[in-house]
Amino acid sequence: MTSTGRRKLLSSLFVAFCAGAVVVALIPLAFVLFFVISQGILSLNLAFFSHMPTPVGESGGGMMNSIVGTLILSGLAALMAVPIGVISGIYMSEYAGSRFAAAVRFAADTLNGVPSIVIGLFAYVVAVLPFKQFSALAGGFALGLMMIPIIARTTEELLLLVPGTMREGALALGATRARAVFSVVLPAALPGIVTGVVLALARIAGETAPLLFTAFNNAYFSTSLRQPISSLTVQVYTYATGPYEDWHRQAWAGALVLVSIVLICSLLARLATRRLERMHARS
Amino acid sequence: MLIALVCGIGVVLAHQSMPSIQKFGMSFWRTEIWDPVSGEFGALPFIWGTLYSSVLALLIATPIALGIAIFISELCPAVLRQPLVFVTELLAAIPSIVYGLWGIFVLVPAVRTVERALPDSLRRLPIFSGPPLGLGMLSAALILAIMVIPFISSISREVLKSVPPAQREGAYALGATRFEAIRAAVFYARTGIIGAVMLGFGRALGETMAVTMVIGNNPKVSLSLFAPQYTMAAVVANEFAEAAGELYLSALVEIGLVLFIITLIINSLSRLLIWSMARSETFTPEPVEAEAPA
Repeated sequence: MTSTGRRKLLSSLFVAFCAGAVVVALIPLAFVLFFVISQGILSLNLAFFSHMPTPVGESGGGMMNSIVGTLILSGLAALMAVPIGVISGIYMSEYAGSRFAAAVRFAADTLNGVPSIVIGLFAYVVAVLPFKQFSALAGGFALGLMMIPIIARTTEELLLLVPGTMREGALALGATRARAVFSVVLPAALPGIVTGVVLALARIAGETAPLLFTAFNNAYFSTSLRQPISSLTVQVYTYATGPYEDWHRQAWAGALVLVSIVLICSLLARLATRRLERMHARS
Repeated sequence: MLIALVCGIGVVLAHQSMPSIQKFGMSFWRTEIWDPVSGEFGALPFIWGTLYSSVLALLIATPIALGIAIFISELCPAVLRQPLVFVTELLAAIPSIVYGLWGIFVLVPAVRTVERALPDSLRRLPIFSGPPLGLGMLSAALILAIMVIPFISSISREVLKSVPPAQREGAYALGATRFEAIRAAVFYARTGIIGAVMLGFGRALGETMAVTMVIGNNPKVSLSLFAPQYTMAAVVANEFAEAAGELYLSALVEIGLVLFIITLIINSLSRLLIWSMARSETFTPEPVEAEAPA
C-alpha cells in the first residue's frame, strides 16, 4: 500500500473510532434509562405519592414522607444558596477586573469540586454535632453549600451576556453602579438566572451523600426542621441495599421519579434558554 | 463569604480529626488494618481503593471522552451537534444514586457473568484472582468511567473550540488527512485537555454513592479487578452515621480531610492548566457543571 493510502486508511479508522466512542457512551445511558423506566413504571402508582411506606413484608405503600422531605430540603437549600450565589455571581461579573473577584471565582470553582461526601462531613461537624441531633436544617445546609457555586457561576455567565451598552446607558443617566446592576442589568438576566436555579435544584434533589449523616432518614412523616427527615435519594439507597424484593421495587420507582425530575428540568431549561437566545438575537 | 467557606471546611475538618492525627500520626496512612472494634485504624486500603478505581476509570474514560469531544467539535454534521451535546450532558445529570441502583441490579450481575466466563488460564493472573462476585473493583471502575466521561468530554470540547481555525486550515493546506489535521489541533490544545482529564480524576476520587454500592466494601489492598475493595468516600458514607467513639469518628473525618485536600490540589492544578490555555486565546472557561445553561 502506498503511504498516502495508509494515511487515508488511518484517518478513516480514526473517524470511525470517534463515532464509535459516541455510541459506546450512549449505550450505558440508554441502558440506565431503559431499566429505570421499565422497572420503575411497574411499581409507580398513585399510592407511591400519597402513602407512607408499609412495614416489611406488606406490599404496596409509597414514599410520601420522602417526597415531602426532598421538597423541604431542596427548598431550604435554595433559601440559603440563591441569595449568596446570586450576590457572588454579581460580584464576579460586575467587578470582574479586580483580584478579589478572581479569588471569589476560584473559591466557587473549588467548592464545586469538593466531593459531596466531604460537604456532608463539614455540615455534620458544623450543624449536627453542636445540637446532638440530625435535622432537616443540617441537610438543607449541606445541599445549600453544594448549590452556591453552581448558582454563582450561572449568574456570572448570564450577567456577562447582558450587553455592556445597557450598563453604560444606566450609568450615563446618573445611576450609581449598584443601581445600574440591580435595576437594569439584573432584570435583563433574570429569566436565565431563574432557569439556572431550577437546574441547580434538579441537581441538588438528586444528591445523596451529603444527606446521609445530616438529614439522616426518618421512617415517619415529618415536616419539622429540627428533626431528621427522609429524602427520596437516601430512601432509595436504603431500599436498594436492603434484602427485600418489595424494597427493590420501591427503589426503582424512586429512581424513576428522580430521573424524571432531572429530565423534565433539563428539557424545560433547554427550551427556555433557546427562547432567550432567540430574544437576544432579535434585539 | 465563599472564600471563607472553602477555608472553613478545611479548618473545621482538621480540628475534628485532631484526636486521630495525634494518636496515629503518619502510620494512619501506612497501616492496612481497619478494625473499629479494637480501635485500630489504618487508611491504606481506602487510599489504594480510591486511587486504583479512579485510575482504572480514567483509563477507560479518557479515550472515549476524547473521541466524543473530537466527534462533536470536529467531525459531526451540524444538525447532530446540539442533540449530542444535550445527550452527553444528560449522562452527567443522572443522579449518582440512580447509577448505583442500576449498578447493583444490572451491571454487577453482567460483570459477574463475564468474570465467570473467563478462562482458567487467565484467572491465574493476579489481576483476575479471587472469586467472581461481580461486586468489586471492575464494576466500580466501569461505573466511574461512565460518570466521568461527560465531564472530560465537555471540557475537552470547549478547549478544542478555542483552537484557532488557522491551525487546522494550515494542516489541511499542507495536505494533511483529517486525522493529521485533528492531531495538530489536539496537540495545540494538549494543556487544556490534560486539565480536563485531571478534572475528571478529581470527580472520580470524590464520587461516593455509586461506588459505595458496587465496590463491595472490603478494606483489603488487592491488585485484583475482581476483589471487593473500599474507597475513602465509601467508608465515610457507610460507617460515619453509626460510628461510635470519638477516635472512630475522628479517623473517618481525617479520611474526609485528606480526600478534601487531594481533590483541592487536583482541581486547582487542572483549573490552572485550563486557564493557561484560556489566557492565550479568546476563550472563556465554562464552569465545571456540564449542564449549566449557556
